[in-house]
Amino acid sequence: MRLSCPICGERDRREFHYGGAALERPAPEAGAAAWDAYLHLRENPAGRSRELWYHESGCTAWLVVERDTVTHEIHGVTLAAGGR
Amino acid sequence: MAELIALSPAGAALPKRIGAVTLTEAPFAPMTGISPHAGEVAQVSAALEAAHGLALPGPGRMLSGAGIEVLWFGRNRWLLIGAAPGDGLAAHAALTDQSDAWVSVIVQGAAGVDVLARLVPVDLRPRAFAEGSVIRTELFHMPAAIARTGAEDLRVMCFRSMAGTLVHDLVTAAEAVAARG
Repeated sequence: MRLSCPICGERDRREFHYGGAALERPAPEAGAAAWDAYLHLRENPAGRSRELWYHESGCTAWLVVERDTVTHEIHGVTLAAGGR
Repeated sequence: MAELIALSPAGAALPKRIGAVTLTEAPFAPMTGISPHAGEVAQVSAALEAAHGLALPGPGRMLSGAGIEVLWFGRNRWLLIGAAPGDGLAAHAALTDQSDAWVSVIVQGAAGVDVLARLVPVDLRPRAFAEGSVIRTELFHMPAAIARTGAEDLRVMCFRSMAGTLVHDLVTAAEAVAARG
């Protein structure tokens, strides 16, 4: 598997570290149920998923990777920090 | 005060010539990590240019001047080699002295790319990795920075504590390449 880092270009999977599902953080006052789900509940999708990957031995950027867990196809890689 | 003996990271293990490849340790040079404060990359670049005549290079690039090099060194990070950081930089960036933190080995010779191909998961041939290119990657599981400083010159940098392993890995790979003739 290879990931196209927006900063470094296409790199081997061994340079990256998996960082879990890329979730939207709930607002502080969203309530216990929303925060419980954010902290503890995870989907296990067969198909498209949004994941965080850390370019550990490259530029050290956190990336949001859209990946198909069935076909291993990569649909997109963006910086988790956006343009910052 | 006691007179201390300065030891280079690779020490007596280098230089070495193996087949058509020469491994030498780069001479000691002051190194400073430059991490611009949030949103202040342009100010740091201007301050660097005023003090040292070089701007901050873009991702994957390096710039050299008179005895001075500036390497892109990761996301929003750069490394200044060859001079103490000039005035004006500290106001816009976090500066860290890394002079003793790295071991730098210069891999010289056309077969240098074949040696590193055995250790690094990135294409370092000149057409993919031209002069003035820099990458952060790994070398046999060690974090490394590699720069092409000349047509047949590659500079490999690893953490100083891993100098022995780096030399061992480079020598082993170079011997294997040389054995193929």
